Order: sequence, then C-alpha cells, then structure tokens
Amino acid sequence: MKILLMGNPNVGKSALFSRLTGTRIITSNYPGTTVDFTEGYFRLGDEQAKIVDVPGTYTLEATDKAEEVAVEMLKDGDLVINVVDATNLERNLNLTLRLLERDVPVVVALNMWDDTHHRGINIDVVKLEELLGVPVVPTVGVTGQGIRDLISRLPEARVPQSAFPTSDERWAKVGDIVGQVQSLSHRHHTWRDVLEDVSNHPAGGTFIALLVLFTTFWVIRFIGEGIIGYVTDPLFEWLWTPLLLKLSLALGSGGFWHSILIGNLVDGGIDYFQSFGLLSTGLYIPLAAVLPYIVSFYLALGILEDVGYLPRLAVLMDTIMHRLGLHGFAIIPTILGFGCNVPAVMATRILESRRQRFIAATLISIGIPCAALQAMIIGLVGQQGGQYVAMVYGSLFVSWVIIGLILNRTVRGFSPELLLEIPPYRLPPWRVVGEKLWLRVSGFIREALPIVLGAVLVVNILYTLGVFDFIANIAAPVVSGLLGLPKETAVPLAMGFLRKDVAVGMLAPLALSAKQLVISTTVLAMYFPCVATFVILARELGTRDMLKATGIMIAAALIVGGLQNLIL
Amino acid sequence: MPEKRQLTLTQMEAGQTGTVVEVLRDPGFMQRRGAGRMRGRGQGPMWGHGPMSIRRLEALGIRPGKKVTKISSMLFRGPVTLRVDNAQVAVGFGMADRVVVEVGASA
Repeated sequence: MKILLMGNPNVGKSALFSRLTGTRIITSNYPGTTVDFTEGYFRLGDEQAKIVDVPGTYTLEATDKAEEVAVEMLKDGDLVINVVDATNLERNLNLTLRLLERDVPVVVALNMWDDTHHRGINIDVVKLEELLGVPVVPTVGVTGQGIRDLISRLPEARVPQSAFPTSDERWAKVGDIVGQVQSLSHRHHTWRDVLEDVSNHPAGGTFIALLVLFTTFWVIRFIGEGIIGYVTDPLFEWLWTPLLLKLSLALGSGGFWHSILIGNLVDGGIDYFQSFGLLSTGLYIPLAAVLPYIVSFYLALGILEDVGYLPRLAVLMDTIMHRLGLHGFAIIPTILGFGCNVPAVMATRILESRRQRFIAATLISIGIPCAALQAMIIGLVGQQGGQYVAMVYGSLFVSWVIIGLILNRTVRGFSPELLLEIPPYRLPPWRVVGEKLWLRVSGFIREALPIVLGAVLVVNILYTLGVFDFIANIAAPVVSGLLGLPKETAVPLAMGFLRKDVAVGMLAPLALSAKQLVISTTVLAMYFPCVATFVILARELGTRDMLKATGIMIAAALIVGGLQNLIL
Repeated sequence: MPEKRQLTLTQMEAGQTGTVVEVLRDPGFMQRRGAGRMRGRGQGPMWGHGPMSIRRLEALGIRPGKKVTKISSMLFRGPVTLRVDNAQVAVGFGMADRVVVEVGASA
C-alpha cells in the first residue's frame, strides 16, 4: 500500500510525515522546502504502509521541477492524504477537488487546525466532510494532534464521483463549499500582524533585513567560536593530544604507520593544522574546526526557516536578483549554500525555468562558500587578520554579482516573475528546530567525516609516491605565473576537488603570505565544485550544462585570482 | 452610486482593496537573449505571462472576481504584496502590472 501526502506548498506535509513515520525530515516555514519525495513506513492495521512526502503543488499541472515530481508520483499512489491548510481553505480546496476527480481514494487532513482559532476562522468539519464525500480530519502536524484519528480513518478513504469540466466551474464549487462551512469572527491584531506589516514596508523591511542578517552573522560567529574555544579545542588539547603522543612514541616516532596515522611532528609536538595524519588533522578538521560552525550555522538557519523570514527576504531582494537573471525566491537556495552547496543546488528546483536553475546553480557554486570551507578560511586566513578574511568574502561577493550580470545577458531562455506565497510569521517550534539541527549535523558527520579521512589518506599516499611534485611542476606556469603562488599550492588546489576544507588545511604548512592566502582560498572557493556538488550539478543540470558551469567557474577563478595577484 | 475605476496592481495604493477584473496576457513576444534589460521579463511557451503563470496566479487566489488588498510594494519596480483571503502573496512587478482590478473611486 502506497500512501501519498499531497497538498499545496507550505501546508505542513513534512511535519505530518515526521509524525506518521517517526522519521525526522527537514521542515520549514516557506513554500518549497521539500523538492524531492521522501519515503517512510508506518503500521496501518496489520500492514506496513509506505508513505511518501510529495513536494507541494498548487495544481496538478506542473509549473516547476518540484511540482513535476508531485504530478508524476500521483500516477502510482494507492491512497492520497490531501493535506489542507485550514487557514486558507478556498485556495487549498481547489487542489482537493482536482484530486477528487482522479481515480484514487482521498482523505483530507485539515492541518494547522490550531491556527484557525486565533485567526478567527470557524470551520464546520462535519459539513465539509459531507460536501466533499471523503473523511476530513483536523490535525496539527507540529504537535501531532489528530494523527491517531487520521490513521484510523484511512480505511474510509473513497473516490467520490465528481468532475468539473472547466476551471471556472471548479472555482465556483470551491466558493460554494467555503461559503457553507466557514464563518469568520473578529480577530485581534497580534504582534505577528505588526511585525508582518513592518517587514512588508520597503524601509521597514530593509531595516529588519539588515538587523536579521547582522544578528545572524553575530550569533553564528559567537556560537561557533564559543564551541571551538570552550569545547572542541580543550578536548583535543587535553584529551586527544596526550593519547596521540603516546601512540607516536609507541610507533617509534616515525615510519610508515606514523606518517599515515599521526603525520609529521612539528617541533616534537602535534600541530593539528600541519601534521596531516588520519588521527590528528584528519579528525581535527571535521570535528573541531568545522563542526562548531556547522552547528551554529544550521541553528541560525533553522530558526530563520521556521520563523518564516526567508520568503520576506526573497521579496526584498527581488529587484536585485532580477539583474542577475533570477528572481527573489532564488535567495533561498543561495542562503542554503552557505551551509552546503549540495542541498542548495537541489533547492534550485523551486525556480521555474531551466535558465534560472542554471544561473542560480552556477552562481552558488562560484560565489557561495560552504560552512566547512568558511570555517577553515576563518581559521587559517583569520590568523593573519580580519581584513584578509574580508578580502576573500569581498572578492567572492563581487564575482557573484558580476558573473550574475554577465550570465543574465548571455544565457538563453526565459526568467519568469516572482510569484510567492508569504507564510505568516510563526514562533519556531523548538522541538522541530532541535530535531532539524540534529538531522543536519549528524548528516554532516556521516557524510563528511569519511571523505575527509579518505582525502587525508590519499594526500599521504600520493605524497609518499611523489605524485605531488609532478602535479606541482605541471601546474607551475598557472599557479606561480598567473596567481603568484608557490608551485606547491597546486596540490591543495587539486585536492579541493575532494574536500575544500581539507584543501585549506593543506595550505597551512606552505607558509604563505597573507596575500597568497587570500588568493589561494578565493581561487579554491571559486574554481571547481567539490565532488559532491559536482555530482549534484550533473544530476540537476545535465552533463552539458554542468560542464558549461564548470568552465565558467575555472575561467572566473583564474581571472579573479590573477586580478587579486595584480591588485593586492 | 460611487464611480468605479480600473487600475493595475502596481497602480493601486497600499491599503486599497479592489476586485480582480482580468489578467492581461503579455503583448510582447518571447524575449530570449538580453532578457535582462527587460528585467528578466522574458516569456516562454510555458511560463512568462502565458497560461502557466495565470494558472498559478489563479491557484494563489488572484483571479477575476476575487477581492485583494494591496499591502505594499517594494521600491524600484519591486514585487507587490497582496492580501488574498487569509494569505499574503507577493507578485513580481511585471506580472502585477498585468493584473487589472476595479476599485471604488472613494478610495
């Protein structure tokens, strides 16, 4: 039995899915959080039922890539749970009627039921059930209210015989139903309305945006540095270093295994940036240098997502993003990119045209450094002074804008206008924020840690084999001639393909000047996507466009790096 | 009886309420290369201001006969934000410019 959760965007399908299956998935307060389907299982009677969280859709004719997924899924579902936002009955019921016309049994979950009360909306559920001819169950996905009821009524799902030949007739029917079941009572102006009004105003919105971005930045740094200073650094220094030193002695302070596991001793001790053994640098980079920033970034992002701020930022940024061939909604994938480029490129599916997706994905890969890379840049370049970190970010931002302007002039295709539902502000449900944070952080550890360790191992083996001298000599004309870097820098640049955080770590022993650090990290950020992003780009854009995007990246990185070398 | 007049969403003032009369089709042709100069207002067979975008406008409650209240518009030809029933919807300038509403003259 295959059950589909379907409904308009941002009605809480993913929250219901989490409740039904006990599997946590990412939920947010903006339309388009889910761009791909997720499958899970739950017990229905004696049977194990498969349930699919389908991306939100307004109609059953796909208008973007995420909606295409939804329409495709409908073809082989055995039952549809149509999730309806009870506070926007009219708009949601249009999709309900479309679903009822299909040959698949439907149950309606009247979600966000708790919100109807403080919005002064009264819905006659019994009457609605009677008019639709299928079970209607009030639910609150975030708290789990009504879930049991929903499950118990799944067997009552039915296919009512209804058909509306034209869109107008369907809307007329929707209006008729809403008129019969919904009544509105007076509602009070709340803090949310005040805040919503302020953020819709151009001046107020800009003020709030600056405030939010500044606060977010400050919070991310404060928490990230706090974890490093008070948790991870002391743990490594006081617990791990003595153990490693003992191991080093046991291995005879040298030899093959010593260089693989512990790496080079620097002044007789372990330098977590420079030693480059599996157990020293291999563990330190992901767990002590990067993880704290992953935690702080995703905590801040999770709160912004759940409050419902991001769509407002999209509206504010729309005019600017149009200049880059995009529209305001593209700011959401872009912000996700500051965490990891992989989900960011996936999220470009919320954009309607192929042209927009190509531009957005290319710009993200070029100008948006992921959290792991940023943590390492702040850690390494920051030692030389904050102004150098600012130079890296400044170069990336300027490149992002200029390349966007150029792509807008040159890429064929069309870019439609912004058309976006702005969800109400909500207090973030803290349990959801916590679970989402855990989901993302554990995902990082699971996916990044093995690759980092693998990369460190590869580095050690290639180093032993002398492959690196070869690479350095071949790349010397570009790396030394154009970028003004020592030819050995070619090695970390090449390793950036595997993991960019490891690559930055490899810059540490090269004793680069501040200027050289700025150039090498900027080029590292721009020139090539890491292998994970590479795969996703190929999947989302197709091989040809992925190669095109990669070409743009390499060209841009060389030009920007060359210019930095001339100017700085 | 108050005189009625027709405006587009971009011409409405913040706080004004009107009834949607029609959504105009884009009179232009497909803008491909150099769409940026037209603020990305290119049109394709599926999107642009063709049937697809009208369908989504409809789905978001912006269709003939519906009452909409303009909340605000962003500067420099930015999007228009509307209240439709209980929801807020942001419509890009180019598209908002093609949605015709009827408002009372007293407003």
